[in-house]
Amino acid sequence: MRFLCALMLLVGFAAHAVEPSERLANPALEVRARTISGELRCLVCQNESIDESGADLAHDIRLFVRERLTAGDTDTQTIQAVVNRYGAFVLLKPPVEPATYVLWYGPPILVVAGLVGTFLWLRRRQAASADTVPLSAEETSRLDGLMRENDG
Amino acid sequence: MITELGHFALILALFVAMIQSTVPMIGAARRHLGWMAVGRSCALIGFGLTALSMLALMHAYVTSDFTVINVIANSHTDKPLLYKITGVWGNHEGSMLLWVFMLSLCAAAVALFSDNLPPALRARVLAVQGMIATGFLLFILLTSNPFLRTFPPAPNGNGLNPVLQDPGLAFHPPFLYLGYVGFSVAFAFAVAALIEGRVDAAWARWVRPWTLASWCALTVGIAMGSWWAYYTLGWGGWWFWDPVENASFMPWLVGTALIHSSIVVEKRDTLKSWTILLAIITFSLSLVGTFLVRSGVLTSVHAFATDPQRGTFILLLLIVAIGGSLALYAIRAPALKGGGLFAPISREGALVLNNVLLSCACATVFLGTLYPLFLDAVGGPKLSVGFPFFNRTFAPMMVPMVIAVGVGPMLAWKRGDLLGALQRLWVAYIATALTVLVAFYVTYGGPVLAVLGLGLSAWLFAAVLTEFAERIRLFRVPLGDSVRRAIHLPRSAYGMTFAHLGLAVSVAGFAASAYAHEAIEILKPGGSIAIAGYQLTLEHVDRIPGPNYTADDATIRVTNGGEFVTMMHPERRFFPLQQQTTGETAIRTNLLADLYVALGDSDTAGDWTVRVYWKPLVPWIWMGAIIMAFGGAVSLSDRRWRVGAAARGSRREAQPVPAAGE
Amino acid sequence: MARAIYLLPLVLFMVLATYFAVSLRPNHDIHELPSAMIEKPAPAFDLAGLGASKPLALDGLKGHPFVINFFASWCVPCRIEHPLLMRLAEQNHLPLYGIDYKDKPEDGSHLLATFGDPYRQVGVDRDGRVGLNFGVYGVPETYVVDSTGVIRKRFVGPLNAETVDKELLPLLKHLDQS
Repeated sequence: MRFLCALMLLVGFAAHAVEPSERLANPALEVRARTISGELRCLVCQNESIDESGADLAHDIRLFVRERLTAGDTDTQTIQAVVNRYGAFVLLKPPVEPATYVLWYGPPILVVAGLVGTFLWLRRRQAASADTVPLSAEETSRLDGLMRENDG
Repeated sequence: MITELGHFALILALFVAMIQSTVPMIGAARRHLGWMAVGRSCALIGFGLTALSMLALMHAYVTSDFTVINVIANSHTDKPLLYKITGVWGNHEGSMLLWVFMLSLCAAAVALFSDNLPPALRARVLAVQGMIATGFLLFILLTSNPFLRTFPPAPNGNGLNPVLQDPGLAFHPPFLYLGYVGFSVAFAFAVAALIEGRVDAAWARWVRPWTLASWCALTVGIAMGSWWAYYTLGWGGWWFWDPVENASFMPWLVGTALIHSSIVVEKRDTLKSWTILLAIITFSLSLVGTFLVRSGVLTSVHAFATDPQRGTFILLLLIVAIGGSLALYAIRAPALKGGGLFAPISREGALVLNNVLLSCACATVFLGTLYPLFLDAVGGPKLSVGFPFFNRTFAPMMVPMVIAVGVGPMLAWKRGDLLGALQRLWVAYIATALTVLVAFYVTYGGPVLAVLGLGLSAWLFAAVLTEFAERIRLFRVPLGDSVRRAIHLPRSAYGMTFAHLGLAVSVAGFAASAYAHEAIEILKPGGSIAIAGYQLTLEHVDRIPGPNYTADDATIRVTNGGEFVTMMHPERRFFPLQQQTTGETAIRTNLLADLYVALGDSDTAGDWTVRVYWKPLVPWIWMGAIIMAFGGAVSLSDRRWRVGAAARGSRREAQPVPAAGE
Repeated sequence: MARAIYLLPLVLFMVLATYFAVSLRPNHDIHELPSAMIEKPAPAFDLAGLGASKPLALDGLKGHPFVINFFASWCVPCRIEHPLLMRLAEQNHLPLYGIDYKDKPEDGSHLLATFGDPYRQVGVDRDGRVGLNFGVYGVPETYVVDSTGVIRKRFVGPLNAETVDKELLPLLKHLDQS
């Protein structure tokens, strides 16, 4: 059994536009080519990967990726070759760099801050109420005494 | 003539909305009952006028009135009647009119079904809705008027984008907009409560049905859109984290949080200012979504004709509506005092955890969607944020959330017994372990994360059933007693059970999509493809005429082990008017898995590219969503929401919300 | 201090609204992609000539700044900028070289025969590989290359008189002098 989508948890993907004629004879290389093209954005339709896109340019880049892989480039080199030509915009997964620190580290920090903040808030509320609500037995009797004095 | 009538009705609706947004507000401040009552009449008249306007535009479409610019741009005489009608909202101007129509529908519903509301609160709620309507009516009349004419009439129209000529997409916008706009009711209640400075259990009980109804509609709308993408795009993708999808998903996430936090307000009289904030944010996100889609500031596969002038106008609307309500919040919310105390481990604590995770998930989607825009605005590098980002950030937040959904309802209010709850969930542990083991064995060598996803689904499913069994004390009291308990459970309890079961079903569908197989081959007639035990043979491809297209219709025989299963007919349709080709996939489902066939191009030799996919559990994604929405609807029918009406014994008020999604 | 937290949503929204306002600024198209090839050496090419044109090779063009225009007969926006290119070639003696992108050579020749030929030489990029090396994502695209063969500027979409006068011609003049 072949599982092309090994990397995917939530979004299944398979090709729309990958054509049988584009496929490489070497299955291992073809799997790598599919994985790479699933992570490259099509510049014409912009929100599809080149693996899914039916655009002509996507077809050209798919062929280009396969050529590089056949020539012996690593996955990283192949992706870099596309980035050199089209810029980091083609990466569906933005690189982790200073400009994207907020993007990548923001969500986990937010969750931690949210959970810790909520916990502290709950504890403070409880502590605040503990200060005010219960009266000791002595206090209660004193209060009763004061009330009686007032009545009298 | 009818078109002018519609145009005129829309202008009148603007004036009515202006009255609706001022007179009742002043009336409420001065305690003048007559002035307050104006809100109700205005809401009903406004609804009549916008409905008239909507019908007039529909009439122009149905009769193919090619003196109306909007009809020329989006319709054609050859278009099937259904798409002439639904084409009304298949474009920017018409869809904004639908938006406003839904808004007036909600306002009219509030006006009709609010007899149990204090008059001042009702007046203020209707006034806030009037303000929103005023803004959007101005927007339509000034920048996006669908009633503009041209002379001489065009000989024929440009037709509707073939991709939109589809039954699934035809009804997707009404549900989606009903969801978006329905949240305006919760927003209006929040603003009114801030003005009055009072939020209590009664307030939460009034808001809840409106929030639930909008949430149901939005759930159905999103599911329809996703299902449409699945069967249309030809490769079986169903969610792309596209900005337009995210624009509908963000209000859903916060709206879900709102449903849960308003329970705490109702039962325990606390989390008030937070709930108010959620109500404001939910509708604000609907508005921001509208801005993102219509202004063209984000790159999306869903192209609406965009126009910077419209963008500026909506941005001004956003600043007034969101900025105004948040300013009011900053002033008035600190005075809202929280009531009931609770320990971190308690039902309230679990609902707070749900809120924290859903809010963070929504913030993550927001950040990912808008990050390219932020970078662009500060002159940073040009980047794109695609599905890998969302899978790496959003999904990990949903895992603890789904686990907690299983435990939360088992905890008592105020102070829960986590250990006891975990002990009572022993069935769920067994179910999870069994599912993980079986899935791991069957798919050995496959994606491990998907196995865990299936385990998560099993956990939730078993935990929800355990909670239900506990409620009716199944196997602890005689069966007859359990049945009696089940009959007397409030509808809202059933609603929760269904909604959470639906989530479990969807999670299984999400996870199992990693197991999809594909086979793409070039076939001559007579050639075949094998996938997942099925044999698909291309018998022949015929050219057949459609109403406004010609189709290449493939006949594919499906067999399993030599046994005939079915015939499948994927098509490629060519629309000569737009010079555009669309694919019509063929899907055979047994509810456990889909067999999905798309016809590709043909080459000069008469060979056809055929794409076949086998997608296990994929239908569960949408089944789960429908079960969730059904749960919402069941909860909506709970008689506690219409206590006020029931007391008066009126039959009319016995239907609290006509605008429910399902 | 406790009140400040209630102000936070408003402040965040104001920041957001500012970003939205900035993105809506006029003459700014968020969809236009900057070229990754700016200030990088132009990729080498050696293309067969279109029709009667001599073969077009990068090495033969170095020595003077020049302009490369990617076009195609199937490209509708190319027709829009065509008259402008004709004018620039005739009046400004623009060193303009064309690359017929992903096109049948006979269609490309037919186009130039019908509407006129503004190019000094035209190469045929049948499979689009040269375009891919340049980072072309839609025709027409126009590149300004300096005398050492380094790409200095890219224009996406049809050129118009304003960008030509304000950007393209001054840049060429500047490159000619240095």
